[in-house]
Amino acid sequence: MTAGAWEMVVGLEVHVQLRTRTKTFCDCAVAFAAPPNSNTCPVCLALPGALPVLNGRAVELAVRAALALGCTVHEDSRFARKHYFYPDLPKGYQISQYDRPLATGGEVGIGGDDALAGKRIGVTRLHMEEDAGKSVHDRFPMATAIDLNRAGVPLIEIVSEPDLRSAREAGAYLRALRRLLDYLDVSDLNMEEGSLRVDANISIREAGSESFGTRTEVKNLNSFSGVERALDAEYARQVAVVSSGGSIEQQTMLWDESRGEIRPARAKEGSHDYRYFPDPDLPPLRLDPAWITAMRDALPELPDARRLRFERDLALDPVDADALVADPMIADYFESLARNHGDAKTAANWVMGEVRAALKSSDGGIATFPVPPEALAGVLDLVRDGTVSTTAAKRVFAVMREERMSGSSTGAREIAEREGLTQVGDADQLEQWVDDAIAADPDTWARLVAGERKLLGVFVGSVMQRSGSRADPRKVSQLLSARAAAP
Amino acid sequence: MTIDEAGLRRVAALARLRLAGDRLHALSSQVGSILEHMAALQAVDTANVPPMSAAPTAASALRADDGEPLPLAIPRDRFAPAWRDGFFLVPRVASHEGEPTGDA
Amino acid sequence: MTGPAAVAARELARAHAAGERDVIHTVRTAFDRADEVGPGGENLNCLLSSDREAALTAAEALPAGALALRGVPVVVKDNIATLDLPTTCASRVLEHYVSPYEATVVRRLRDAGAIIVGKSNLDEFAMGSSTEHSAFGPTRNPVDRSRVPGGSSGGSAAAVAAGIAPIALGSETGGSVRQPAAFCGVVGVKPTYGRVSRFGLVAFASSLDQVGVFGRTVDDAALGLAVIAGHDPRDATSAAEPVRDHGGERGAPLRGLVVGRPREYFADSLDPRIVALCDRAAETLRAAGAEIRDVSLPHTALAIPAYYVIAPAECSSNLARFDGARYGLRVEGDGLSAMYEATRSRGFGDEVIRRVLLGTWVLSAGYYDAYYRKAMQVRALIADDFDRVFAHGVDCLLTPTAPTPAFPLGAIADPYEMYLSDVFTVTANLAGLPGISVPAGRVDGLPIGAQLLGRRFDEATLFRAAFAIEAALGEEAHR
Repeated sequence: MTAGAWEMVVGLEVHVQLRTRTKTFCDCAVAFAAPPNSNTCPVCLALPGALPVLNGRAVELAVRAALALGCTVHEDSRFARKHYFYPDLPKGYQISQYDRPLATGGEVGIGGDDALAGKRIGVTRLHMEEDAGKSVHDRFPMATAIDLNRAGVPLIEIVSEPDLRSAREAGAYLRALRRLLDYLDVSDLNMEEGSLRVDANISIREAGSESFGTRTEVKNLNSFSGVERALDAEYARQVAVVSSGGSIEQQTMLWDESRGEIRPARAKEGSHDYRYFPDPDLPPLRLDPAWITAMRDALPELPDARRLRFERDLALDPVDADALVADPMIADYFESLARNHGDAKTAANWVMGEVRAALKSSDGGIATFPVPPEALAGVLDLVRDGTVSTTAAKRVFAVMREERMSGSSTGAREIAEREGLTQVGDADQLEQWVDDAIAADPDTWARLVAGERKLLGVFVGSVMQRSGSRADPRKVSQLLSARAAAP
Repeated sequence: MTIDEAGLRRVAALARLRLAGDRLHALSSQVGSILEHMAALQAVDTANVPPMSAAPTAASALRADDGEPLPLAIPRDRFAPAWRDGFFLVPRVASHEGEPTGDA
Repeated sequence: MTGPAAVAARELARAHAAGERDVIHTVRTAFDRADEVGPGGENLNCLLSSDREAALTAAEALPAGALALRGVPVVVKDNIATLDLPTTCASRVLEHYVSPYEATVVRRLRDAGAIIVGKSNLDEFAMGSSTEHSAFGPTRNPVDRSRVPGGSSGGSAAAVAAGIAPIALGSETGGSVRQPAAFCGVVGVKPTYGRVSRFGLVAFASSLDQVGVFGRTVDDAALGLAVIAGHDPRDATSAAEPVRDHGGERGAPLRGLVVGRPREYFADSLDPRIVALCDRAAETLRAAGAEIRDVSLPHTALAIPAYYVIAPAECSSNLARFDGARYGLRVEGDGLSAMYEATRSRGFGDEVIRRVLLGTWVLSAGYYDAYYRKAMQVRALIADDFDRVFAHGVDCLLTPTAPTPAFPLGAIADPYEMYLSDVFTVTANLAGLPGISVPAGRVDGLPIGAQLLGRRFDEATLFRAAFAIEAALGEEAHR
């Protein structure tokens, strides 16, 4: 059987660190890269007699995420203890939700990408849990060093249905999920700092089959592209095993990003017996249905809805709309610009072009971008009313950016006039530049007059140069055409 | 349901207890006889009985996200069995003691 | 009785505030009494640690004014975290451990002006009914040195009975305050689950654990409870119920009070002399205006099996943190697993290991439903029994506290037979109800306790009845 006859079946488990000030069950600060063990207290060190108390803000953020995923948020959920011994797990158990999770049954749309447009991936459950600490194996010889700053940091785990059928779909799901969570402002979503982590369950089956094969779990996935490469590698491995008559063993595989290889983890699956039971230190988490409704009502417009609104109400094409909603603050900037200027298409072009380029060349993000959308709208207005050319407008924008960074608030029109960038519409002045351009290259002009119309551009360019980009290119073009027709 | 020595050995391994032969033998018969008394539970009809909620109190007390951690009156390096450069030290994890695979 | 415990705690605090008694003198007297029953004297082994100088310093530093326990010596069970004395849980695994933070109940004691005299002996991690399972040797009963004081809070019960302090803190999981109170002839109250903060109480079985109070008298226990009770934001299972000083129940009329006599607690096999003492206590209540009514709690016999599934299960989980990594004992081994195993096998005594194994077993894959889930269902049935009786107009129940008086050291070797010592007390822990044991008389010169059980958060009724029994039997109960 060939590889093409095997279908990939993937479900993803995504851990997202919630953006709280303190840990899940104690008042220790959540901070990345603090001195080791500096953010620990009797509770997260599991000192004898210490007790957990749940962080209400973590619940709020988890509920926001669950509602945005379309999940049913349960009025009654529980925390359980999951037992295993490891030195970065101070209590000898992790507090996690098990048989009564916070939320179940949601979905993520992975539209936007044409080939996948409209596909929706089921979300089985979303539950809250605490993070473990960090074991450092390479710092001291003969010893493992334990840093418990991360122990007890709040996480949500989002488990997808096994609905993904390719590495590309898995990547698209992750990007759509990250975009959604980004809109909710619940997490830093930084894979490098571990605030977003992905594990993948993957199996293969004959195309058309309804049953599932034995799955493996792929871990150590450090980027979305790494997830895609790892899934392709594990798929190829499974197909090779099955094609040569072998069978898949349920086990954990580790992805080695630098080598691009997949290999089995040392510890065997099934050798653990987590002995879950409801945590008696934590009463059931009871949520008031009215509060859940209020949280749902307070959700911001989500990226899918926003994209559709941009297409429908602002007549943007799907590619532009999708690109604009990728970052909620960029989308906010665009909306404000479009509202102030009036023409959404032009606003979209400017945000995707000049603004994005400017952001790329600077350190700050859109939040600290010096040119507010109202000021940029003034620049766009100058183009629309013919005061400056598009080229000159870009100069105005650049000058404005420089000036705003040093605190100036000079408007677009003033900059254009001061910098001599306003378009010259005066007929005598234009005629003079046209005469000069023809005089400078009479041979080419003769060929244009003889019928080589494509040479018109040469003279438009020449006139624009003479005018210092201030000539109105539309008028220059009209003037040159008229001269060529009646020399 | 009762427990034999092999079962007890498995449970001891889960609980990270190492029991010498005679201690294991004695414990297995004691634990076994205690478990026999638990058989009374199996005879009870609990078909429609929801398990008692672990915490008998009703409210779910939530904490505000703005507290200050309870201070430690004794510095960590003074109660840690082994400590260096701000880290708790434990014996190096041997190759067969891989991190559990199902955790976060 | 020569120690400060001869004077009621309330009177001591008042006299200290009024300048009629010297706090320093009171504290010295307490320590002198501790010395008399200590290693050089009767050697009861009721205290595992104490610090006379620190206590005197604390006494001198007391702020001016009236405080509920101003200068009152108090003993604290050694599984409750204190800053200036070790907290060992009578276990090798915590032999030299000093807690870097203080339990809420201890802070409340200090804030009320109490002076902590010492930390008391217990069965290791509170697992036992005789205080024989202490890594640091058994405690002896002050009434009869050849006998156990009961357990697991045997050290606290013995300290109060020996007159070191009028008040001591213990902890309850299945009767560990009431049973030793009965064995030593003092008062022991186990509050409603959630009444007192567990923050700083080293967990044995979290859904059953509750800090309790010993008193030389009912009023001492009431005062001690009033000081430590109340909501604690650091314990999610602590209740936001209003706190009252039940000293006000002394002498309150019993007219209209309905006291249930559950027949399951008075089986034919029970020592008739114990039955007679309980019935005499009931008679004092009737004489004071209460109605005594026969009731039934049909699932009582299932309490011990359910308890010995639930408590070990939670214990196996709560004791997982003792791994030698961050504090306490570490026994080195070749690699991490070997260190874990050496530390835990060497650090825990046999009874703890038995319960950890039992608990790990009942939670392990394939057994959870048959054991733990089933036990939690039976627990619900036991709680329903009480609810039903209380819903039918019964205000409290009167039973024996324990099926026997204090037994000789070493007399009970079979673990399950020892477990049966809690047969009348575990039900209150399973149902989360308050209970109190009050002296009811003696059998062969050994104290017998009568137990009162009540509705959740209705300690008031228990104290009212306990005051009445104490008033009627008084010194007679101690004979």
